[in-house]
Amino acid sequence: MEYTLFILLLPFLSFLFLGICGKWLSHKTAGIIGTCCLAVVAILSYTAAIDYFSLPRLADGSFRPVSPFDINWLPFFNEGLQFKMGILLDPISVMMLIVISTVSLMVHIYSFGYMHGERGFQRYYAFLSLFSMSMLGLVVATNIFQMYLFWELVGVSSYLLIGFYYTSPAAIAASKKAFIVTRFADMFFLIGILIYGYYCGSFGFNFNAEGFAAGGFMLPTALVLMFIGGAGKSAMFPLHIWLPDAMEGPTPVSALIHAATMVVAGVFQVARLFPLWIEYAPDALSIVAWVGAFTAFYAAAVACAQSDIKRVLAFSTISQIAFMMVALGVCTEITTGHEHTGSLGYMASMFHLFTHAMFKALLFLGAGCIIHAVHSNEMSAMGGLRKYMPVTHITFLIACLAISGIPPFSGFFSKDEILTTCFAYSPFMGWIMTAIAGMTAFYMFRLYYGIFWGTENKELHAEHTPHEAPLSMTLPLVFLALITCVAGFIPFGHFVSADTRAYDIHLDWGVAGTSIVIAVGAIALATYIYKGERQPVAEAAAEKFAKLHRWAYKRFYMDEVYQYITHRLIFAHISKPIAWFDRHVIDGFFNFLAWGTNALGFQIRGLQSGSVQKYAFVFLLGILILLFILIL
Amino acid sequence: MDYSQFLNMQEEISLLAVILIVFLADLFLCGKEERICAMGNGTALSATACGCGRMNVLPIALMVVHTLINLLPWCGSACTPVEAFGGMYQHTPMMTIVKSVLNVGVIVVMLMSANWLNRPENRIKQGEFHSLVLFTLFGMYLMISSGHFIMFFIGLELASIPMTALIAYDKYRYESAEAGAKFILLALFSSALLLYGISLIYGVTGTLYFDQIADKLQVNLLSIAGLVLFISGMGFKISLVPFHLWTADTYEGAPTVVTGYLSVVSKGSAAFVLMTVIMKVFGSEAFLGLWSTAFFWIIIVTITVANLFAIRQKNLKRFMAYSAISQAGYVVLGIMGGTAQGMTALVFYLLVYLTANLGAFAVLHVVEQHSGKIGMDDYNGLYKTNPKLAFLMTLCLFSLAGIPPFAGFFSKFFIFMAGFNAGYPVLVFIALVNTVISLYYYLLIVKAMYIKTNDEPIAPFRSDCGTRAALVICMAGVLLLGIVSAVYNYIDLFSYGI
Repeated sequence: MEYTLFILLLPFLSFLFLGICGKWLSHKTAGIIGTCCLAVVAILSYTAAIDYFSLPRLADGSFRPVSPFDINWLPFFNEGLQFKMGILLDPISVMMLIVISTVSLMVHIYSFGYMHGERGFQRYYAFLSLFSMSMLGLVVATNIFQMYLFWELVGVSSYLLIGFYYTSPAAIAASKKAFIVTRFADMFFLIGILIYGYYCGSFGFNFNAEGFAAGGFMLPTALVLMFIGGAGKSAMFPLHIWLPDAMEGPTPVSALIHAATMVVAGVFQVARLFPLWIEYAPDALSIVAWVGAFTAFYAAAVACAQSDIKRVLAFSTISQIAFMMVALGVCTEITTGHEHTGSLGYMASMFHLFTHAMFKALLFLGAGCIIHAVHSNEMSAMGGLRKYMPVTHITFLIACLAISGIPPFSGFFSKDEILTTCFAYSPFMGWIMTAIAGMTAFYMFRLYYGIFWGTENKELHAEHTPHEAPLSMTLPLVFLALITCVAGFIPFGHFVSADTRAYDIHLDWGVAGTSIVIAVGAIALATYIYKGERQPVAEAAAEKFAKLHRWAYKRFYMDEVYQYITHRLIFAHISKPIAWFDRHVIDGFFNFLAWGTNALGFQIRGLQSGSVQKYAFVFLLGILILLFILIL
Repeated sequence: MDYSQFLNMQEEISLLAVILIVFLADLFLCGKEERICAMGNGTALSATACGCGRMNVLPIALMVVHTLINLLPWCGSACTPVEAFGGMYQHTPMMTIVKSVLNVGVIVVMLMSANWLNRPENRIKQGEFHSLVLFTLFGMYLMISSGHFIMFFIGLELASIPMTALIAYDKYRYESAEAGAKFILLALFSSALLLYGISLIYGVTGTLYFDQIADKLQVNLLSIAGLVLFISGMGFKISLVPFHLWTADTYEGAPTVVTGYLSVVSKGSAAFVLMTVIMKVFGSEAFLGLWSTAFFWIIIVTITVANLFAIRQKNLKRFMAYSAISQAGYVVLGIMGGTAQGMTALVFYLLVYLTANLGAFAVLHVVEQHSGKIGMDDYNGLYKTNPKLAFLMTLCLFSLAGIPPFAGFFSKFFIFMAGFNAGYPVLVFIALVNTVISLYYYLLIVKAMYIKTNDEPIAPFRSDCGTRAALVICMAGVLLLGIVSAVYNYIDLFSYGI
């Protein structure tokens, strides 16, 4: 399967080409080049998936990891640690290839319409290619160091794309915030990698048992540190603060990076290291579970009170990713059985990752169409749009039903598996997650009714009637909606499971029934409150719980807390003294050194007199001194 | 005598063929009246097409062919160690790599000089320039592959006497002639001392074959004196302190392309020879400690003194001279301990240094050609008028200073690691501190180009194709050598320790 190399190479070449020659190309050509490259990548990814899953299974029923390339990249050390670069195909990386290439291709097509006539169109496509390359490289990494390299590249391209509208101060601030927060988390990731490498003698994923035994408690520490890095990228509480602001970027970018692919990198990382977690740090795994559960709740609560539709979707993304984290965190074993065993969560998490990527990309792209039509992100500018934008309306509704967990849409199946595994872990966890699933249904339908029903904003529509988006934008919507309708029936467990052995998904109707009832109830509540022209109940509730509403609207003041910690505490009490020390003591020392070297240079300039005799004399003197040193 | 052993010297023979063709073409094919190379004319059509006037394509083309032939894997001598003439000539695969590195350097220098050689005052002596360059290269080849001190000495002299002619190439310019005179006087002085050292070794052991000396040599006053004189003779070529004093004056006076050649190719070959000969001849346990001590002090003094002087320079050619001296100190760090890792690091360092330094010299040269300016203050505001050149110069300087991700960082990293593994952490630490100082003075140029303003900046100009090609090669090296690890791995395959 050597052709998998082109999956990485093509977007990279397209990035280079568009980046260097972009300004001589017309918008159309640049877009077509980028899209065609991605289309080829998508085809190659599907081929790779078919090839990989049709390989014969091993005797115990598991899939064998295939590594078509694994070259020694930096031989910094002749023995021991090696930095390798390569391509690793195993069930989860192949699954991620499909997710990334599909969503990326859809976003490429969609952007034709959305970014039409935008300044820097070529640059935009170049960055999209760069991002696709980095993300694909991340998932096929053969070792954690390569993963880290691409991880950082993903961060950079996310930074570039969030700040795409570099004339808007909000976009610049958001891009910096995203970069700094994730970079801060990545620092822990790097420390974790170094500890891991030190104790295992390798960065590879073929886990070496002897090294770990020597590691003792350092190994769980390393894993937790790496999880912090993953939590930064996946926007887990309290490192989530960058994701809502990242919505300043173009909407297709939000769909690709901040909904479907990059933000699940943290989940993917935990899944990638899952054998280690289970074997050596089962207790620490519960940290993952509880961080996830809290984040899911927090984000869902905030999402109920936001008025900017992209912000609502951003918080719903955070909440859904937290679901995946929880599913991984509640696992207790790795062997796949035929009942609801402790390893079910792994499969459930990956399944939800897959379905969520599709329906969340759909939601964001739909939101993009709406923003395109009304030129605003605020719900107050919308309402009653169902008449004007039928395609967007239907596809958006499908995605809302999927995320709420209504059968037969894909979200129902994956979420049901997660809830089942949570109930198996502890009933408490199970009920929490079920309640959050209910909140999800509520806020998603609040959003839905706010956009498509309710009062029409006549003032806005008077000067500019909303219209359905062009075909290049609706086509991806329809395609993703189709996937959302059928993806639930994929026998996902046959392809991806904790120990890669086939696993038959069966619904636990006790859990599924409960969650359906709760979801339907929440939708009904949302319908009751938000469907009408006026919303007396909502206003009354907001007034009655004014404080709570305000807190949720302000995201529980997390940004302010950060502001306080960084500016008031860290900058004022730690950075300032350090800056003083740096300016006066360190710089002073170096200024002294510079002054000293200058003065010394001035003193010894006589050596360089220009007279050959003197040169020969120094030469001879040098020999004598050297001889003297050696003889003594 | 078995004449087939000449085949073992195929690299030398192919270079000799290049020299003869270039020499004869210059002699017979060039019209007497115009002295414009006819061979050049034929091939120069394409060159004229890209607007760079006539350039002497023949030597460059031949050198490219020569380099490629030597690198091809089917050439017998490239793969296994061979020798000829009873051990006078010895060849290991590593030497092919080093010679190819030197070839690349020569090609880049020739590309840089093409436009300059086409000027009216130089056109008449174009052929001489190429012949002289190739002769010095031939001398370095012999020096690298020698297995006998006489052979080594002949190579050394062949590499330095034509070099004098190159340095004094602008013979009517006072500085050039002065530089040539200074160089030849001091070269003679150092050769005499080196020869004296060789005679001492001969006196102790009764032989001049490297292998036999290694067996017989005992530690005593005479052999130590021989070692020190040998180090000093090579130290002169590499310009290690305190044998470096000719460097600044010569670099300043010589034509800029020759300075580039001197600072990279000549120095690089000498550094590699120093390593191989010292490992072969003085490889025994007892001597290892001695020369390691000698190099320990030499490196410290070299890097530090060169940095101290470099900070104060206002003329960029003098500045590059001191930068080259301090870089030489880092190169010699690879010799410490005589390990295989050190040899890899040294050769890799030479390659990386070659690209960055020749890139910087190409910029200096082309600016000098178009404006006649070479002072640091003249470069103020270069970014405003010639942004591309300023940018390339910045990349080269970053690589020389060792800033990641440019190749210079990796080469410094490997050389420090080699020194550290050989057991000299203190030395590595001192070298590291000096790297910080060197960063300061390299950034002075960057600051001049980007930040400082100038009332009469260097006017915008278009550089010729030769220089562009040279810059492209250098930039490819600066950007790729560090990241494409296959290069380092490939060198590592062939390196050997004591």
